[in-house]
Parts: sequence; structure tokens; C-alpha cells
Amino acid sequence: MKDTIAAIATGLTESGIGIIRMSGPDSYDIISKIFKTKSGKKINLEESHKVHYGFIFDGSDHDSVSRETLDEVLVINMKGPRSFTGEDVIEIDCHGGVLMMKRILELTLKNGARLSEPGEFTKRAFLNGKLDLSQAEAVIDIINAKNDNALKASVKQLKGVVSDKIKKCREIILEDTAFIEAALDDPEHISLEGFNDKLSNDINNLSKDIEYMIRTSENGKLIKEGINTVIVGKPNAGKSSLLNALMGEERAIVTDIAGTTRDTLEESINLGGISLNIIDTAGIRDTDDIVEKIGVERALNAAENADLIIYVVDGAVKLDDSDYKIIDFIKSHNKKVLIVLNKYDLEQKVNAEDLYELKNASLINASAKKLIGIDEIQSEIEKLFYNGSISFNDEFYITSARQKNALIEALEALKNVDDSIKCNMPEDFYSIDLMNAYTSLGYVLGEEVDEDLVNEIFGKFCMGK
Amino acid sequence: MNNHIEEEFDIIVVGAGHAGCEAALASARLGLKTVMFTVSVDSIALMPCNPNIGGTSKGHLVCELDALGGEMGKCIDKAFIQTKMLNVSKGPAVHSLRAQADKQFYIHEMRKTVENTDNLYIKQAEVSELITEEIKDGLKINGVVTSSGAVYKSKKVVLCTGVYLNARCIYGDVSEYTGPNGLRAANHLTKSMMDKGISVRRFKTGTPARVDSRSIDFSKMEEQKGDDFIRPFSFSNDPWDIEKDQVSCWLTYTNEDTHNIIRDNIDRSPLYSGDIKGTGPRYCPSIEDKVMKFPDKERHQIFIEPEGLYTNEMYLSGLSSSLPEDVQHAMVRSIKGLENAQIVRNAYAIEYDCIDANQLKPTLEFKRIEGLYSAGQLNGSSGYEEAAVQGFMAGVNAARSALGKDEIVLDRSDAYIGVLIDDLVTKESFEPYRMMTSRAEYRLLLRQDNADIRLRKIGHDIGLVSDEEYEAFEDKLKMIADEISRMETKIAGSNQRVNDFLNKYNSALLENSKGVSFASLIRRPELNYELLEEIDDERPELPWRVREQVNIEIKYEGYIRRQLQQVKQFKKLEGKKLPKDIDYKELSGLRIEAQQKLNLIKPENIGQAGRISGVSPADISVLLIYLEQLRNKKE
Repeated sequence: MKDTIAAIATGLTESGIGIIRMSGPDSYDIISKIFKTKSGKKINLEESHKVHYGFIFDGSDHDSVSRETLDEVLVINMKGPRSFTGEDVIEIDCHGGVLMMKRILELTLKNGARLSEPGEFTKRAFLNGKLDLSQAEAVIDIINAKNDNALKASVKQLKGVVSDKIKKCREIILEDTAFIEAALDDPEHISLEGFNDKLSNDINNLSKDIEYMIRTSENGKLIKEGINTVIVGKPNAGKSSLLNALMGEERAIVTDIAGTTRDTLEESINLGGISLNIIDTAGIRDTDDIVEKIGVERALNAAENADLIIYVVDGAVKLDDSDYKIIDFIKSHNKKVLIVLNKYDLEQKVNAEDLYELKNASLINASAKKLIGIDEIQSEIEKLFYNGSISFNDEFYITSARQKNALIEALEALKNVDDSIKCNMPEDFYSIDLMNAYTSLGYVLGEEVDEDLVNEIFGKFCMGK
Repeated sequence: MNNHIEEEFDIIVVGAGHAGCEAALASARLGLKTVMFTVSVDSIALMPCNPNIGGTSKGHLVCELDALGGEMGKCIDKAFIQTKMLNVSKGPAVHSLRAQADKQFYIHEMRKTVENTDNLYIKQAEVSELITEEIKDGLKINGVVTSSGAVYKSKKVVLCTGVYLNARCIYGDVSEYTGPNGLRAANHLTKSMMDKGISVRRFKTGTPARVDSRSIDFSKMEEQKGDDFIRPFSFSNDPWDIEKDQVSCWLTYTNEDTHNIIRDNIDRSPLYSGDIKGTGPRYCPSIEDKVMKFPDKERHQIFIEPEGLYTNEMYLSGLSSSLPEDVQHAMVRSIKGLENAQIVRNAYAIEYDCIDANQLKPTLEFKRIEGLYSAGQLNGSSGYEEAAVQGFMAGVNAARSALGKDEIVLDRSDAYIGVLIDDLVTKESFEPYRMMTSRAEYRLLLRQDNADIRLRKIGHDIGLVSDEEYEAFEDKLKMIADEISRMETKIAGSNQRVNDFLNKYNSALLENSKGVSFASLIRRPELNYELLEEIDDERPELPWRVREQVNIEIKYEGYIRRQLQQVKQFKKLEGKKLPKDIDYKELSGLRIEAQQKLNLIKPENIGQAGRISGVSPADISVLLIYLEQLRNKKE
């Protein structure tokens, strides 16, 4: 790990600003070769954590005439170990064109840097003791965060809120185990009388804590990954209009990505801090097709795996077979449902009573075209998923599936201890499951080493982070 | 000076205590010409401290040793005068057998055995020097020199010097440079070891006073009888083979008077005055330690244990001390039943040189001195049993190495022996190491009752378990498997007979007409395999050890399965071997402390690396990534 790595740290999209980052022993040397201050001087790197204003140029060509100034940039130098990776780090803030970023990156590579592997920056930070494993995971989440709330959850984890909570749980388990073991080894001085009550009580509290973390991990997942949403409704009910209305002005950040199933498309909408992944937008857009029925069927198929169904009802025409099919589906599935009674601006042929079969679902009168009721939809979704508001004050969220599984295992282990107590098993049996719980919680923190974990985690990184 | 006798042996064992005897027996029985040195032939297999073998977790060690083909179990089965299974109110994993020994008889039996083993020669001499030659990366052992100048050559030397190196016995301000019981100390070897680059430190341990049984009022004490069921240590014995009348031990307690005497004189204790520099065992504390550390405790147990059938000496277990003679006298006489006690031998502390076992490989060979092995208290352990199993493993490995065979290392999931040796060679230790059940992570699998199932095959492969013994073991395995499968498939119907039976033991009645398997009834807390005999008409006659296994394996099946899962995880990391030639200073991701510790210990695998204190999980991740990179490079 003695070499210097470089990568584009921002996404490869057209944006206002782009960052190229280098880490390693040669990064200072390389920047000296390719950067001149505005007044034409060499960069002064004596002081760390300084911002330098100047130009990137291709310094390999000594003919001053053909020396090409590539871009006007800001350079930040961070001397190791006081940097993210613990090594000497250079950040170049350039103009965000894809071509420009690539050319500057190529220039660093030409001058001795090596293109970083996915996750290599964070891996180095981890290896240099700058991050623990759960923090490293949080970095991935920050990078991949789809919205502000996901970002906040990741930042909390990076700060160690998850770690602290779990560390506390582990301490209690360890203390109890140590007490049992000490009593086994020194029965003369340490008595286990009455200890079962204390242990039961501890297990009860620990289980509650862990259950809470597991439960909120659903929120964590939704915050991080978005709510999988399907918009259903008969043809011409206004699904596309609603989709466009929900996207609003932020349309620019919406990207089309191929879904995992054959022909579904997914679009991600940021709705006031909540991500909605609209599944099967293809189905919505295809509703003008001749085979109109297929639209509804497809949407309902997609709805099987959705977290949220938005049922768009055309308020201007009476309910028909397509509607009843949708209503039947909703009744037979235990999903979160939001009914949007659309075209509220037109004469209403449908009212809430016609939908009495779905009286448990929230209903919002809206007009997608006239942008009526859109805010209500947003606050209704908040209500459905986050009990009305997303609070980050004292909440923390487990966001990775790996962590969640480890928590579930810990909970199971604690349940086994509880069973042992209830079955009057001798105390020496408790340790097996107590240690399992302890180990599982340790996996969340990376304080227990799982051989595959390290590589798995760093494999998930994207380039340049 | 080296001008007389020069003789060559395959293996030299230095010391004839519990480690030395097992090492020498193993090596000689494997056909190697073996010599065992002792400062006194009369002290072969001496028990200078407690008059018992076994006890919590130590009983496990003895059973494991027996399963592998060691001698201690067989010897104590002959020499016991009382046996007791400890912790029977707890789970089977912590049941531990302890036998009171007739010390003289134990010595007599062990000496008879070693003296009559082919290839084994005994020499009374003090080994004072190691002969080595330089090789690449260190030294190679070539033999030893005795204090009289005799040279004995050998490619393999096993050091089992116990507490004899520069030994000093202390009580109060009196100290004598002798080994236990006034035996001659070995005052030269330490220097030679240090000359060879071995780092040496000083530990201390102690023993309580012995009193004349005629001066004890047993009527004021609680009698502690042996078990009715005499369970042998050795898998080659059955209870009726070794049956005999047992003698009792006695229980009394210290009291406030005792504690006041100790507190008033604590400044005269060499431990507290600083005269003793060696570190003592936390888990086998002196009475002054117990009184000072547990000030709220009103009394401490004192067990009065006979030293043998033909002596009046009684051992005051729990009263180990290094206080001056007059304080000991007052202290002993303050105890109920000991008001008129006549002390035969005073309690004393003993200080001795031992090594930091981190210098050893898991085979117990020195990393830097080829052919030199170390075992027993010299490695910083305490206890006869801990010594014996190390002696055995060192003897076996020295012999196998001499024969050009693979050495044998038991891991933490194989045996307490594996836990003990791994702890000694891997972990930091600042006091004599005592085996304890809490040290074994996979305790439920490492029971003494299944030591043969875990280790008999290894013992047979080594060549120290006879074919006859091994066949008997294989028969047993088959009987266990057959009976377990019978219990899994045999159904108890929900009929009157079964429900009457369940009713009798307050167990939930069967209402389902399909019935349940016998195995599932065994798993009920209130029932077991033996009880089920009442409703089991086809039950075959099975040996007691088989019945015991069937019950345990069925009853605790869920726990055993979970523990096996833990072992699987453990084995994954144990299986990740670390190359011998890594310079950990080159791995820049490691913290400096970890680099130093890893370079010092040179762990065999990732698992062992993780147990080194000062190596963090993040360091282990670095090692894992390093191994991964190494693998990628090779591909």
C-alpha cells in the first residue's frame, strides 16, 4: 500500500463541480507537477488543510508554449495522518464536466498515481485506523444516500450512535456471562442465588432494545433505499400525470434505471426527504396501449412486492371492472395503500362511499393536472411510514441487511437463554447462547471478525470513495 | 570438566514430576530410548501440595490425558482413597471428578510404572547446562550436561523442571533456597537457558500447613464422604475394577478471630512486605489474600484432607499461607476443631524461575531452539494435571519429531489440553496459569464423559492406546449410535401406561394420539434416559458409559448443535494459516503494538492471532485482507 491512488470522487455526470482525489505518499509530489497558482508559482504545501487557487496544466511538456492549461481549480492539501485515509491526500475541485474530470484524472495517473479500486480510499482509511467497520459501512451509505434523511442516518452511524448503543448491550451480556463463569470457577465466593431474576430482567431489556433496532431498521432501509411504490389505476385515471406531479421540479435528478425484473422500469422520486421508488413506470406509460387491461394486471403483479400502493381513481367516471379488480387485490393483500381520488377539478362521479370496501385506506382528493392535493399525498406517506414525521433527534437506524441479520441472530440467542432459564437448565448452559448474542452484536460493529466480511464490505464501494 | 560419561539418547527428559513422567513414558512407549533426570529418585511423581488429582476442569484434563494414552488416570485409579464428582447440580459440561490420593501410594505406583517401562532410564542428577549448536534462525539442541560434568547427547530435550529452578521457600522472614519439601533446588540451569536466549521470569505459589490428625477434633466439623458410585478416571477401568472403602474429608471454616490474626500480622507476610517478588496465582490464593480481598466475607471454607492411609498428616485445603510460623500457629488454632492442632509441616510460599511460554510453538517446542521442548510449571502453569498433560504432549511431539512424523496440536475445540496450551503459548500471563472451565469456549463439547469420543482415535493413531482398548472404544461408539437412533424412532403413544409414567414425574401428559418419540421425552427437563426404562420394554442392556452418552447427547442436543455451530465458525479462522516468514512490521495497516506482538508470537493462523492481547479486530481484518491479497497474487 505504498502507492498513490487517484479517482474521481463525484459522480460521472454533468454537474457544477467535480472532485478528483488522490491519496498516498506521492500525491503531494504529483500535484506540484500539475498545478500552478494564479500568479504562476508552485504550490506551497508546507501547511496542511489549505485551499489553493490556481490552474491545472499538463506539466509533462516543457515547451511552455504548448503547455496546456486544463482548468481553473481549487486544490486542498491534507497531510497524513490528519486526513480521511490517514495518508497524504490531495483534492482537486474542478469544473464538473465529465471530459474535464477525466482529463485531470488521466493527468494524475500519467504523473505516477494509480487508478483506485472500488472502495480503496475507505479501505485505506479503515486500515489506517481512521474508521471502524460500522463506520466504514456508513461511508458507503453516505455515498449511496438517495436523500437527506438517508444521509442523516448514515452520518449518525458514522458518528457511532449505533456503535454506542450496541456496545452497551454487549457490555451487559459480557458482565452477566462473566458473573456466571466466575461463580462456576469460584463457587465458594460467588453465589448465583437470585441471579436468574436479574438475568431474566436484563434479557428482557436487551431484547426490547434489539427488537427496537430491528423494527426501525425497516425505516432505516426505507430511508436509505426508498419506498417501493406502485401506482395502479385503470387506463386514463391519471397515473402518468400524478407521476409527473410528484416529480415536480426536481425532474432533473430522476434517472431511469433498468429494474431487476424483465421489463419493469424504476424511477426514484424525492418527496420532501422521502424516496419513492416507482416500480413499473413502464406499465404506467404503456396505458395508452391497445391491450389496456394488461396495464392493470402488470401493475398489480408489481404491487406484490411493493411497500406502498398508490391507487389512482378517476373521479370523473364511474368505477368499472378494472377498479373492482384493483379493490379486490388491495383487500386480499396487507399493504399500505393510499387512494388518490383524481380529477377533483372535474365533476365527481365517484365518492368515498363507492370505495367503502377500502375504508381503512387513506383517501385524498387531488388533481394531478392542477397540482391539487400533492402536499397531502406527501404528508400521508409520512404518516403511513414514519408515524407522521421523520425524526433524527434521538433515533438511529440500522441500515444494512448484514447488520439486521446479526441483530436477529442476537435476539434469537437471547430467546434461547430465556428458554433455558424457564426450563430450569443449570446456569452453565446459559453461556453458550449469551456468547452467541455477544458475538452476533460484535459482528454489527466489526468487533468480532467474520472472515468474509471485510472483503464483502469493501467490494460494495464504488470507485473513488 | 566434561570428562566422563558421554552417552546418547533419543530423548532426554529433565525432571520427573507429573510432566516429566508423562513425557518420558510417552516417548519410551513409542520406542525411543529415553532418559529421565531427577534431582531425587525418591521424588518421582511427588505431590508436594494438595493430596488430590482432578477437580473442576482438572478432572477433564486427566480424562483427556487418559483417552490419549497417558498414565495419570490409571495411576490415580489405583491410588485414590476417596472420589467425588463435583458440580453435579450443574450441567454435564462442568461435572468434574476429583479423587483424594494416598500420596505415597501414588508415588509408589507411578515409580513402579516408569521403572518397568522398556526404553526408559532414570538418572539422579541435576542437569545444569544445555548443549546447542547454531543453525539458521536460531539454535538446535544437542544434549545436556549434569552438574557433575557428565554429557548426555540427544537431538530432543524436554524440560520439565517444575518449581525447582532457583527455588526459594518462604514463610514470614524465613527463607530457604530449596525446592518443595526441602528437596534440592536446581540452581544452574536457569543461567544456561538465559545464555541460549530464553527469557525467564519468576512466579510463586504456596502450600498450606499439614497437621497431625490425632490433634484434630473432627466432631466439630462436617464430614465429607466420597460418592457411592466410584467413577474411574481411566476409560480402561470400570467402577467395580477399582472399588474400595473410602476415607472422609472434613469441612470447617475460618472465623473473625482467624481473620483478625491475619490482619494484625499482614505486615509480616512476605507477599505484602514485598520480599516475594514472584507473581502468585489469583485462582489459588493464600488465606491472607482471601481475607484482604474479600473483607466482607465472614468465613472461608477449610477442607481437612488426609495425605494418605498410612500417615496422620492432614492437609488444610484453603489455608495456604506464607505468614511466619507463630502467626500460622495462632491462625490454625483459631479455627473450629483445630483448637489443639499440632502442625507437622508449616505452610510456605515457593518462588521459582519459569519461562514465558509465548516463546513456544503450540507443539511446546521452543520457536528458536530446535529440538528443545518445555512442559509443566516451567511454562508458567500450576497444578499436577496441567503439568501432566503438557508433559505428555511435549513427550509425544518430541518423539514424533525424532521419528520424522507430524507433530500433534490439539485445538480449543478438541480438548481442554488444547485450550491450556493455546492460552500458554498465545496469551499474556502474569501469574501461574490454572485450568478453569470458563477458559473453554466450547465447554459443552469438551466434557470429561466424552473425552474418549474426542481423543481416543488420536491416542490410538499416536500409538499409545492399545488395539484392545481401541476396539472396546469402537464397540462403545456403535452402541451409542444404535441406542440414540432407537430412541429417536421409538414412539411413546398417548396411552394409559405412558401417561401414568408422565404423571408420576410431573410431566405433561400426551394427548396427541400419534404419540411422541422417546428422544423428545428425554429432552424434557424433568425426565431422562434412565427414567424412561420404566416404559421401554425393548431396552437392551448397555454399559453405564453408553447409557450416559445416550442421555447427554439426546437431552442437550439443541445446545450441542449450537455449540457445534460456534466451533464451525472458530475452525474457519483457525484454518486460515499465516505464513511463517511474515514480517509484520511490513504490514503498514497494523497498529505498532500489533506488529510487535505478532512478530513476537508468530501465530500459526488467524484464529490464534486474534487471541493475542494487543491485537484488535481491525488488525485481524488487515491480516485477512493481506491473506486475500497473497492468495490473489498466487492465482
